[in-house]
Amino acid sequence: KTQYPFPHFVFSHSSSSMSYIHRLHTVGVRNFSSTNTKRLVRSQISTKVLNAEYAVRGALVIRAIEIQQDLKKKAGDYPFEKVIMCNIGNPQELGQKPLTFHRQVLSSVLSPNLMQSGALPEDVTRRAQRLLGDTAAGSIGAYTHSQGLSVIRETVCDFICKRDGLQRSDSLINPSQIFLTDGASPGIKYVLQALIGDASDGILIPIPQYPLYSASIDLLGGTRIGYYLDEDNQWGFDIDEAQRAVAEAKSKGVTPKAIVFINPGNPTGNVLGDEDIRNAIRLAKEHNMVILADEVYQENIYGQQRKFSSFFKILNEMIGKDASFKSIELLSFHSVSKGIFGECGLRGGYMHLSGVETEGYDQLYKLVSVNLCPNTVGQSTVDLMCDPPKPGDASFELFDKEYKGLFQSLQRRANIVSTNLSQIDGISCQTIDGAMYAFPNIAIPKKAVQEAQNQGVTPDAFYCLQLLEQQGICCVPGSGFGQKDGSFHLRTTLLPPEHEIQKVVEKMAEFHRTFTAKYA
Amino acid sequence: RRDGFASDADNIFLINGASAGISYCLQCLIAQPTDGILIPIPQYPLYSATITLCKGTPVNYYLDESNDWNADLQSIEQSIVEAKNKGVRVKAIVVINPGNPTGQCMSKQCIDGIIAIARKHRLVILADEVYQENIYHQDAYPFVSFRKCLLSAKDADIVDNVELISFHSVSKGIFGECGLRGGYLELINIAKSGKDMLTKLASINLCPNTIGQCMVELMVNPPTEKDESYAVFKQQYETQLASLQERAKIVTDALNKIDGVSCNTVYGAMYAFPNITIPETVAQNAIKAYQGDVAADFVYCMELLLQYGIVVVAGSGFGQKDGTFHFRTTILPPKDQIASLTQSLAKFHAEFLQKYST
Repeated sequence: KTQYPFPHFVFSHSSSSMSYIHRLHTVGVRNFSSTNTKRLVRSQISTKVLNAEYAVRGALVIRAIEIQQDLKKKAGDYPFEKVIMCNIGNPQELGQKPLTFHRQVLSSVLSPNLMQSGALPEDVTRRAQRLLGDTAAGSIGAYTHSQGLSVIRETVCDFICKRDGLQRSDSLINPSQIFLTDGASPGIKYVLQALIGDASDGILIPIPQYPLYSASIDLLGGTRIGYYLDEDNQWGFDIDEAQRAVAEAKSKGVTPKAIVFINPGNPTGNVLGDEDIRNAIRLAKEHNMVILADEVYQENIYGQQRKFSSFFKILNEMIGKDASFKSIELLSFHSVSKGIFGECGLRGGYMHLSGVETEGYDQLYKLVSVNLCPNTVGQSTVDLMCDPPKPGDASFELFDKEYKGLFQSLQRRANIVSTNLSQIDGISCQTIDGAMYAFPNIAIPKKAVQEAQNQGVTPDAFYCLQLLEQQGICCVPGSGFGQKDGSFHLRTTLLPPEHEIQKVVEKMAEFHRTFTAKYA
Repeated sequence: RRDGFASDADNIFLINGASAGISYCLQCLIAQPTDGILIPIPQYPLYSATITLCKGTPVNYYLDESNDWNADLQSIEQSIVEAKNKGVRVKAIVVINPGNPTGQCMSKQCIDGIIAIARKHRLVILADEVYQENIYHQDAYPFVSFRKCLLSAKDADIVDNVELISFHSVSKGIFGECGLRGGYLELINIAKSGKDMLTKLASINLCPNTIGQCMVELMVNPPTEKDESYAVFKQQYETQLASLQERAKIVTDALNKIDGVSCNTVYGAMYAFPNITIPETVAQNAIKAYQGDVAADFVYCMELLLQYGIVVVAGSGFGQKDGTFHFRTTILPPKDQIASLTQSLAKFHAEFLQKYST
């Protein structure tokens, strides 16, 4: 980690970027006012909290929101009319419309008397009634079972079996192994909470990774063990590199307890092949590691050659050939925030436990029960995600049309972004096979690197801040995800609407040329 | 509007139920295992569980059962002194008002007393006020917020410097939209660096669910006289409140009629927390029969479930003075079921004592 003359970014609510960067220097000065009688201040707050970082909503994004507010109030002087938020996989923030079927069912579940109007399709009312029928007294407002409504967990079991071509049986998968959660993030945190006792407990995470993992491990006082993805090989999984990471951790007295895979990758967009997954499982078996399979982007697959295989599917194939693989503990995560319809705000998701002992299950159950239950609207959305309308259903035609339209649009945008970015001199971008992001490698001139260091920021944060201030585009610097030393990246989403995305990449190209010339 | 003091939207965090917000605050506060958080005994076990998960030290202060479960200021001071002597750095105090499981409604005097203690010992006050709309003796025991008492204090040091975080939720009150998971916290006198850390923790979960957020809006901004929905809303609200108020009384009175059971008045919240008399020998025999490391009132409640199908929570789950036993029941069963419920309880209590007396 680079040394900075201050412990953390400071967030300000004032205007210019230069004075903003200036403020970064002054945060080290203690303010000896009434704050020295307080408890919720930097000097007293847990260092685990102070050190955890989550760049997806970090300093740069806070600055972007400030600018948005300035533009709204017509304050400040910016060379653009609006900020394009490319920092987060939040499709509906950029104008994507939700699916009609989903919102009809959710409305009915929240307001059952809507179903009496006769205006809703038959399958909508059927689905809503099925959900309400499983609640304590026909109301979505009651706390449910801490793992979520059992009828939804049944749906999830069926979904997994259908997706993976498996025959449903209780010994293979059953609803007690499914935990519905408020998005995938809480499930991941509970598992890490159970696994991490102290700094001798290590978790392998890919570099680059979605910083929920690094932040959560830091908050729990565990040790991150990074294994580099291979940028030159489509950000692929390199088993030798992972072995190296394990060996290095062990040599330092850290026990690797789990390994995280994000498939499709965030921020990288790679999709693991079947042999990759087998290698991953073998590695986990060799070192007794729990597998955390973050598969929230499983429906965002754009490449023609690549298909998504779940860890559960491949593991079961391996068990079929060698029963000793039953020892593998696999936790798989899915979410309603991604895929095609991106219902991020509803906070829905699930975690699937496979190969986990009763005592492990009991502790996870206890953890989720402290928060009573996942929110019921998010739960309902999981049901809809896992059991969409089928041919013959009243809502199928419209649903299929909306879904395909959205999917193809994402696919086109994935192509536009990766092609156009790669055409910029000094920028190269791997093919985007899946997920919602481009993670281009950007060449930053030495002079700019030096200037960034003088100002105490990472070079890619320096780059992204200027991209924001000059073009109104908000991306997340690669340093927020992790990258090989000396390399620089940024993560942008593919989500700006189709009629804007071309302009976005053009602005990025223009900015890169200007920036490179300025610091030549 | 509720307190007569202006509020800043930037100091409000919507949260996925109050529980999520409490977790963020405790994560920030507990920096070392010797950092202590004062919690009332009895308390809602979210607090003890979260303090344990954050690897901090719970510091108990006992509520006074003989005084309607009110906080005993001297007892709080004593707990702080004892904790300090053990090398515990006491950083915050949790207050639950109205009380869960205890149902007391704190007087302004008591609140002011706790605020003074917080000022003296530099404690962050975590004010869990999720039951603020469940008030059954409105005239004699109305709800007064910690915020209001703090901001109207005569001592400027209190008004400007005592750190307070207040919590509210859509899960309780009159309409109990528990499943939607909505709530908010408000920061008072929290330094910017503290607020930034809370913001960071909240941002790792992206955002609270949006339906829960909307529910908070509806809770704090109900229909007014000018609105079309007002008449129906008002009628539903008042009927429900009256029903809760009535049941609070019926349940408490019925419990007090049972031999060996006594229950303080339920001034607020949703629970009755009756004291059950279990003689020493009975307690010992009951624990032996269950071979686990359980409390006698846990055995009591387990048998109540198995014999009569009634589910309550043992007092040991909330904390209680050594040698006393309780259980927490809600006051929520429909009115016409309460009589048979308490009749079953009476029968059970006698049977339990008999069963384990030898």
